[in-house]
Amino acid sequence: MPASNQPVLEMRGIVKRFPDVLANAGIDFALAKGEIHALLGENGSGKTTLMKILYGLFTLDQGGIYINGSSVKINGPRDAISRGIGMVHQHFMLIPPFTVVENIVLGIEPRRGLALDRAKAREEVLRVSEKFGLYVDPDARVENISLGMQQRVEILKALFRQAEVLILDEPTAVLTPQEVTELASILRKLAEGGKSIIFITHKLREVMAMADRVTVLRRGEKVGTMTRSETSIEQLASMMVGREVELTMHKEPSTPGAEILRLEGVCALNKRRLPALKNVSLTVRAGEILGIAGVEGNGQSELVEVVTGMRAPTSGSIFLEGRRINGLSPREVHSLGVAHVPEDRQRRGLVLDFTVAENMVLTDYAFKPFAKGISQDWSEVRGYARNLIQEYDVRVPGEDTSTISLSGGNQQKVVVARALAGGPRLLVVAQPTRGLDIGAIEYVHRRILAERNRGAAVLLISLELDELMSLVDRIAVMYEGEIAGIFDQAAVTESRLGLLMAGGGARVGGQTG
Amino acid sequence: MKQKRNLSHIGREVAIIAATVFVALLIGGIFVFIAGRNPLSAYAALLKGAFGSWYSLGETLVYATPLILTGLAIALAYRCNLFNIGAEGQLIVGMIAAAWIGTWAGIPPVLHAVLVLMGAMLAGGIWGGIAGVLKAKTGAHEVINTIMLNYLALYFSHYLVTKPLIAPPGTSPMTRTIAGGAMFPQFVQWFFPHSYSRLNMGLFVALLACLAVYLLLWKTTLGYEIRAVGFNQEAARYGGMKVSRTIILAMAFSGALAGLGGATVVQGVQHKFFDLFGFPGYGFDGIAVALIGRNHPIGIIFGAILFGALYNGAQQMQSVSNIPKEIIGVVQGTIILFVAVESAFRWLILPRYRKAKAAKEAGKIGSAA
Repeated sequence: MPASNQPVLEMRGIVKRFPDVLANAGIDFALAKGEIHALLGENGSGKTTLMKILYGLFTLDQGGIYINGSSVKINGPRDAISRGIGMVHQHFMLIPPFTVVENIVLGIEPRRGLALDRAKAREEVLRVSEKFGLYVDPDARVENISLGMQQRVEILKALFRQAEVLILDEPTAVLTPQEVTELASILRKLAEGGKSIIFITHKLREVMAMADRVTVLRRGEKVGTMTRSETSIEQLASMMVGREVELTMHKEPSTPGAEILRLEGVCALNKRRLPALKNVSLTVRAGEILGIAGVEGNGQSELVEVVTGMRAPTSGSIFLEGRRINGLSPREVHSLGVAHVPEDRQRRGLVLDFTVAENMVLTDYAFKPFAKGISQDWSEVRGYARNLIQEYDVRVPGEDTSTISLSGGNQQKVVVARALAGGPRLLVVAQPTRGLDIGAIEYVHRRILAERNRGAAVLLISLELDELMSLVDRIAVMYEGEIAGIFDQAAVTESRLGLLMAGGGARVGGQTG
Repeated sequence: MKQKRNLSHIGREVAIIAATVFVALLIGGIFVFIAGRNPLSAYAALLKGAFGSWYSLGETLVYATPLILTGLAIALAYRCNLFNIGAEGQLIVGMIAAAWIGTWAGIPPVLHAVLVLMGAMLAGGIWGGIAGVLKAKTGAHEVINTIMLNYLALYFSHYLVTKPLIAPPGTSPMTRTIAGGAMFPQFVQWFFPHSYSRLNMGLFVALLACLAVYLLLWKTTLGYEIRAVGFNQEAARYGGMKVSRTIILAMAFSGALAGLGGATVVQGVQHKFFDLFGFPGYGFDGIAVALIGRNHPIGIIFGAILFGALYNGAQQMQSVSNIPKEIIGVVQGTIILFVAVESAFRWLILPRYRKAKAAKEAGKIGSAA
């Protein structure tokens, strides 16, 4: 809690205008010494813009920044660093083949002549690491350490540069629940040691778990600053969205029908030809959602690709309604009634330079009625797209609008609309709400549940445990390409899942429904 | 709404190209001035040489004809995100094929011309297709392979025209004259009796090819696939497309268009194949034509006419006002340079574009928050 009345950092009346949008409309923000302050808001609420101004990545149009009461100008990250402001970006700025020490000292490395003084660098890094209780293996290469460790390296990098104010952008996005807990205690320790911490987030539970105070932004404006003890998740949610929100999905009990998807001992390689799936077996039945939990990069992407025909398994069998589909092409799998919402809508799910209409038929353009012989019937395509735009409430001027100009939420609606339109037997959904705001998340979740209630089998891959726990009927954990356990949703706790996600515990032969 | 946006979009593109050409002419003018001549009279001569009479206009279009086709070839490949540097070689094999098939005896006139066209397209298509297969199956870059294929085509044609296809008595390296029924009629003198331009039906073949490429790209499922693969291979694969097949087809069609360009030269102008002492240049200029034409069939027609006019006008300019035609090479080079650094150029002359782009990025940053 504030150690004195003088804020260590203050931003007053910050205005940042982009040609189309007022990103910050006169925001006041004050950070007390030794506090953990959450900056909460949806996508586009201006929270990252505000922090990028503070870190010197954007210049402000109006307003002022004060450090310990005196006005400062910050013209770039170098300025920010020299004034004791450090930032840990959402995507880490580390050089994978370099060691931890090399990464930390990069740019301000102690030298001996022209060469890096390794011994000294190592010693200095260890000193900082010990001082703050942030233990790392100084000689490990960054590419070989976990994301949680990499984040620790990033924090150390900032502390090594004598940061007094630490900004963390969505720090928990890549962490397991255990790592989140660890991060929370690290931040607490730093705060107790006098550092002041801002973390940007859109996750309400983290605010409640980690922050002393929280400032909520909405559409570039500050809604308010609350003390944690005086607020609640519900209040923060409605401040953030501007209306009452339903935080939990109302879910009927599932009535699973026939088995739709069965994997038996499936193995597959990843892009780098290393084993990514090891002997994966699972089933999904009609009318149920099977969730796949796991830290990114534990084989989930390959699982999705193997099921949808985008990657051939090296061994094992995949059955769709009893028919072996190993080695079928994506189109063949699709025409058997499998729809796929890919994990990366921009890289795989959409051709961004295409119009919305063109994207709506990306998986079906070659079939009637969109194709007649070799010719593409655009009036059919556009009519179809118009219907989907209306039905799925895609906010877009028209079907001929270029997809690149849509917001992330609307882009995802295009992907979801396309996948659901055919009434699939099996729906494979990967990271369906990544980067979406609460309203859009709510919408996508409702659609997925509706598919399950209609009788589709749903395989849902997500990095968000919350999302999985609120949607799925059964949940499997993937760790290093293996299924570490499959559970009924009601019969498992998040901490148990978290432990398995981190590779803890022996293999669990959980019940398979 | 869409119409309006498209119109303003086209207007902007035309404005940029016009500004580019204007500045290039200005810079060329400086060189003329340095060379001690009057730039205005030089350009007057150029303009007169390119468009001053039915004959001049006809000759300008004679040069434009194969450029339209090589421009289309490059544009089609580019829509699939392939950089076909090999239009030159594909044009050469098209010429050779045309010159050979054109000498076949006993084929009815119009049919013969069509057969020659198709043979040249097939040859060019195979030449382009080889690079396509290498790209699709091994990932070997098409730029490297098409450059090598250019040399293969050049030296292969040298062999053919000096050995198996040499016209009797075999003293000079050229093929026999093709059959009259395989030629494209030169028609300017039908209307203007004393204008002996070599302009021929090949121009209409090229214009038809523009229409065909337009329909292929925007009205067929294959065109949709080519564009999807060109923009985003991952998404194309997700959409169930066979990316390799699309790449091979795009390169083969591209090569076929360049081969067709070779056919128009043989059938319409030369009526035989002369041994080449170097690359004819249509394939390389086609790159510039496609750039100026923004890889769109309509734009390519204008780009080809511009380059045809510069080339033809330069020859006239040299003979009339005694200004070396290499000056026009400077103008051409400047145009290419300016179009190539288009984004930088936009940056300079269209501050609004800069703002719009900043807004877009801000939007992205905002939504990534």
